[in-house]
Amino acid sequence: MLDLSIVMSMAFLVEKSIVTVFIFIVVLAVVAYATLGERKIAGYLQDRHGPNRAGIGKHKLWGILQPIADGTKFFMKEDIIPDKANKILFVLAPTFTFCAAGFIMAAIPFGDRITIFGREVLLQIADINLGILYILAIGSLGVYGIAMGGWASNNKYSLMGGLRTVSQMISYEIVMGLALVALMIDHGTPALRQIVIQQSGPIWHWSVFSHPLGFLLFYISVFAECSRMPFDLPEAENELVAGYHTEYSSMKFGLFQFGEYTHMTLASCFIATLYFGGWTIPWVAVPENPGLIWGIISFGVLWIKALFFLFVFMWVRWTLPRFRYDQLLYLGWKKLIPLAIFNIFLTAGLILLFQKFGIAG
Amino acid sequence: MTPNDFLPVLITFFVVGGFAGITLIATHILGPKRYSKEKHDIYECGLDYIGDSRKPFSVKFYLVAVLFVIFDLEVVFMYPWAVNFRHLGLFGFVSMGIFLVILTVGLLYEWKKGALEWE
Repeated sequence: MLDLSIVMSMAFLVEKSIVTVFIFIVVLAVVAYATLGERKIAGYLQDRHGPNRAGIGKHKLWGILQPIADGTKFFMKEDIIPDKANKILFVLAPTFTFCAAGFIMAAIPFGDRITIFGREVLLQIADINLGILYILAIGSLGVYGIAMGGWASNNKYSLMGGLRTVSQMISYEIVMGLALVALMIDHGTPALRQIVIQQSGPIWHWSVFSHPLGFLLFYISVFAECSRMPFDLPEAENELVAGYHTEYSSMKFGLFQFGEYTHMTLASCFIATLYFGGWTIPWVAVPENPGLIWGIISFGVLWIKALFFLFVFMWVRWTLPRFRYDQLLYLGWKKLIPLAIFNIFLTAGLILLFQKFGIAG
Repeated sequence: MTPNDFLPVLITFFVVGGFAGITLIATHILGPKRYSKEKHDIYECGLDYIGDSRKPFSVKFYLVAVLFVIFDLEVVFMYPWAVNFRHLGLFGFVSMGIFLVILTVGLLYEWKKGALEWE
């Protein structure tokens, strides 16, 4: 009896490790190609080609090996730690930023169950019942990495960039949290798999149609959390050189960049999960006994939705100008937070009305 | 809900943390190491740096952090309420309404006092 339970838990551990490594590799591949995609999109939006040299042999193949070339270059560069910097915090900062971004992937449902070798495997690392809370908590840890990097560099630009990022991220985190409160009132659970399943069926079951205001607030705050273009004051290069990573070189800088893109990629998955039905396909019912094919399709569907949002991130970056710092905080505190509180009242009031008049909402 | 549900989270911590650690060690071994005073100085537009950057900074950043603590606590306080909202009904709506109105009055007070002004 005891032996059986040990074997069971060993099998569980092995299964989860394989799923984790598989999902991590997929995320890393998407992140690596997002860096190429960003430059390609920037190129086409500005009527030029973007990187197109790093191909295989004579075939350039639209620069398909560019991420590998970039990575190799990062690894071969000198690893500089300034003399006046705080060494421990200086090394810890990029690790922290990258890890905080990467840990988010544990709770995101990347797909439905998949049957492989007669074993039912869930395409989600941890189906925890506190999914939203976990992602908010871990996602906000990224602030520490940036604050540490900014302070430890002992550089005035880094300090300014770090301070700005911290105020910006914590301000917009409130908006994000308040927008999600309205979503949870509707779904009645913070478990992401449940939220996805509740959105299956006709396309108007997607939360974006029942929470348009909440979606807008959440989407804006995601841009600020990832410090992407209209809100990329931390790295405002014409004022702050490169913000908190001015002093970083080699793969330490690479980890900051990688962390930013990982954050963006996983945030896109999170948006698709919360507001656009996750891995479900509109009008297609979730099967009782999913096979291998359905598992793969659901995995692909989530990534198609996520890649669309990743594209929007890049599109916005090369379209909109940057905010001024006071405008950014005005928008957060004076416009978005009151709107988010109003949104909670609106959602709660409507649900009460629907309950009273017996309409399923 | 068992500890098993959170075990995979721990695996993720090891996988992602291990990747970051190996990356940092690899770049430290692979890159060249040539020490020079100027290179290891702090970057200030190519000039010699002046003073130290561990200086007092604007109190506004601190104020934003204090406001954040209050509002983030509010958000966390609202999560259990939001999850159980359909069971609480009108009672839940009114009681959280009172709480939210008090907090909104607090926000308005900060607003009028100029805590949200950046000049």
